[in-house]
Amino acid sequence: MTTQPATEPELSTATLTHLQRLEAESIHIMREVVANADNPVMLYSVGKDSACMLHLAKKAFYPAPPPFPLMHVDTTWKFRAMYELRDRAAEDAGMKLIVHHNPEAVEKGINPFDHGSLHTDMWKTDGLKQALTKYNFDVAFGGARRDEEKSRAKERIFSFRSANHRWDPKNQRPELWRQYNTRKAKGESIRVFPLSNWTELDIWQYIHLEGIEIVPLYFSEPRPVVERDGLLIMVDDDRFRLNEGEVPQMKSVRFRTLGCYPLTGAVESEAKTLPEVIQEMLLTTTSERQGRAIDHDSAASMEKKKQEGYF
Amino acid sequence: MTLDTKDPVYLTDTLIAEDIDAYLLKHQHKTMLRFITCGSVDDGKSTLIGRLLYDSKMIFEDQLASLENDSKNVGTQAGEIDFALLVDGLAAEREQGITIDVAYRFFATDKRKFIVADTPGHEQYTRNMVTGASTADLAVILIDARQGVLTQTKRHSYLVNQLGIRNVVLAINKMDLVDYSAERFYEIVGEYSHFAKQIGMESFLPIPISGLKGDNIVTKSEHMAWFQGPTLLGHLEQAPISDARMQDHPFRMAVQWVNRPNLDFRGFAGFIGAGVVRPGDAIRVLPSGKTTRVKSIVTYDGNLDQAIAGQSVTLTFEDEIDCSRGDVIVKSDEPCEVADQFEATLVWMSEEEMLPGRPYILKIGTQSVTATVTEPKYEVNVNTLEHLASKTLGLNAIGAVNISTDRAIPFEAYDKNPDLGGFILIDRMTNATVAAGMIKFALRRSQNIHWQAVDVDRDAHASLKNQKAAVVWFTGLSGSGKSTIANIVEKKLHALGKHTFLLDGDNVRHGLNRDLGFTDADRVENIRRVGEVSRLMTDAGLIVLTAFISPFRSERRMVRELLTNGEFVEVYVDTPLEVAEQRDVKGLYKKARAGELKNFTGIDSPYEAPETAELTVNTVELSAEEAAEKVVDYILKSSR
Repeated sequence: MTTQPATEPELSTATLTHLQRLEAESIHIMREVVANADNPVMLYSVGKDSACMLHLAKKAFYPAPPPFPLMHVDTTWKFRAMYELRDRAAEDAGMKLIVHHNPEAVEKGINPFDHGSLHTDMWKTDGLKQALTKYNFDVAFGGARRDEEKSRAKERIFSFRSANHRWDPKNQRPELWRQYNTRKAKGESIRVFPLSNWTELDIWQYIHLEGIEIVPLYFSEPRPVVERDGLLIMVDDDRFRLNEGEVPQMKSVRFRTLGCYPLTGAVESEAKTLPEVIQEMLLTTTSERQGRAIDHDSAASMEKKKQEGYF
Repeated sequence: MTLDTKDPVYLTDTLIAEDIDAYLLKHQHKTMLRFITCGSVDDGKSTLIGRLLYDSKMIFEDQLASLENDSKNVGTQAGEIDFALLVDGLAAEREQGITIDVAYRFFATDKRKFIVADTPGHEQYTRNMVTGASTADLAVILIDARQGVLTQTKRHSYLVNQLGIRNVVLAINKMDLVDYSAERFYEIVGEYSHFAKQIGMESFLPIPISGLKGDNIVTKSEHMAWFQGPTLLGHLEQAPISDARMQDHPFRMAVQWVNRPNLDFRGFAGFIGAGVVRPGDAIRVLPSGKTTRVKSIVTYDGNLDQAIAGQSVTLTFEDEIDCSRGDVIVKSDEPCEVADQFEATLVWMSEEEMLPGRPYILKIGTQSVTATVTEPKYEVNVNTLEHLASKTLGLNAIGAVNISTDRAIPFEAYDKNPDLGGFILIDRMTNATVAAGMIKFALRRSQNIHWQAVDVDRDAHASLKNQKAAVVWFTGLSGSGKSTIANIVEKKLHALGKHTFLLDGDNVRHGLNRDLGFTDADRVENIRRVGEVSRLMTDAGLIVLTAFISPFRSERRMVRELLTNGEFVEVYVDTPLEVAEQRDVKGLYKKARAGELKNFTGIDSPYEAPETAELTVNTVELSAEEAAEKVVDYILKSSR
């Protein structure tokens, strides 16, 4: 019995970097899905994580295009710049793009101004369930990461949903080594998170290193904003309802996370390039999700939403 | 904040602020280490992880505000920052105040990115710990300096060792509560060393820390100048990574998916589990055994000159040979084994207990086959490391089983290559993952040998000899007198005209079992072989006498089950350890006590006395001659 020496010999030059290891893991996960699923789909939200995931999918199946469609569960309230990139990205990847709008939400005119949390529930949660059922997708890739918030830290990479799309955090399958159990009963589906082990910084570094195109909203520019409940909200189109006496101000802002524009807070910033964005992110002291109104209710809110079927 | 915090030092703020490009360049070359933390409920595991996240600036201001708020409401640190709240994720758990599943946390320094598997400390969750350990390069085992080595510490260490983690840090925590005492530290290290040796752990690195106060976490503790080793983080930044280790192994890649975008391209996509591959390399596809050469290593970023363990790639071949998902591509002249029967360690993970004989789906590498599991050879009591006889394995139980698959599969022993030696079992009805397994070795009977029916059967052999075949199985401690008594018994039977054969432990080990040592696995295999030989001899109509320590009930039962009812006569040669040790005919006890002999039954390896032996002979009360007489009487009576 000996105790270990305090230092180990120099790492060999062949040691993979953290990004190479993360990339290899994500590619492995995507291939496992394609080899096992009947009808997989990649959920695409146009954010930076989606951009990263799509890029990894291109790598995983090269020289073939990714053998599944992209699907955007839309709320009709995203930033205009997001719609523009979405259509182009799908075309560039040689993938079919499915855009789903919850017909009930369309009919009732559900919007973030009048309907509060119902807006997210109906467009996103219900919309996603509808779309998965409608197209009979049995596996859906999502770009969620474990570092985003606490309940995600315990979610598996292959996360099972019951026939009515519910998540049971107490009854998750153990994931050992690289062995993923992809078997499911009829009606059950799997959400697969190939970016589970990436952090926000990893994503940014990878985007930088690989030159992945992202929505320009991530970079600072003068944009018209109003301040509401401590959040800077961008007035992206004329559907925005200004309060009495409220006048949009031009401010140099950018977004750390993208969602429905009336619900997404901007941060004041001068970061116009990717390195500057990363620099700002590293020096800043508020976490990513603070810009999202959805999280503010309670610490357990995300877990509850997920049990109900929110991605 | 009343917490004793040191400046977060991991991220070089100045470089970020002054030259972000230089910073990014530096961080592109970081490596990644995955580790697991394990400890008992109150060892301060969550506090330690919270501390690492905090010191590496992975906690943002808003999270900190929410943390301060929570610490006041549900914290256990009397209103002070409760780091544990940072990492206890799910709502139900937060209320219970315990972590109950595997959670993954992330932090980074200038040198490395870290993924921490945080697993619970309490008993019923072996499953979670094994899950967390399966992907870890290193394990941090926490000990509360006030408590020392607990039963749970032993269980965690045993599991970590079973899962093949070679880098173990023994973090002796809460040193602030024992006045940073070097004496206490070394006392615990001594205690743990003893245990580590017992379970075959090759090495470990002890570090005295305080997660709450930050001693020896990032910076050297001012309170423990007596400790010369690295800080916890310092060590984590240096420790070797498993993927890198696997590069020295012969090339192995399990095929995940065949890429056929058009008629001109056929590529085999997979994750390189071991070794290095280059275009032109001679490879073999298993189980078919077909050979060809690698034509190219295709990636989105262009073809590669070489690819190494840990990379996901696509290979094309020079020749059109059959190859599909589940196959393993290996270095042509150093292939792995292919077999359909194995001995494996199983960790049972389901509420529904294991059913020997029931078909399960076994997933190994990239393929799924149907497999059946035998009754456990033994179950391990993870608290005492004793081997127990068991008919099944329940939730969180660990045991050794034989597994047979419906077709031959390429594999490697888990301790050589976890990528081709680790598997999961899936229930065919519920689709639940019910067990994790680690292959120890292939059983030799694995070569698809079919039973040859013969016309002159066992009864015919025995009746010609005018006797009933039997196996008289002497079991007992070394020096109890098994061989002596068996020898006298054989002489007496021979004189009575009986056809006998004596299989002696030492003699068998000179030939048939020359390749076996004295580890538990080898002892089991030793007895299995002797059992099979005995059975063949009873087929020949002989009365077989065996003299083996055969310490485990389950192996003796295994032999009993090989034979026809009534043929197995278990004779327990009952001699107290003190007496056997006093006799010490071969001088073995003396050696064992001196530490020169490992795994010696009665000293550092258990002996499980029979519960239902056909005959017990006490050699303190009886002479060898008298004992033999008793045995002969029994044999003659039962063979009438």
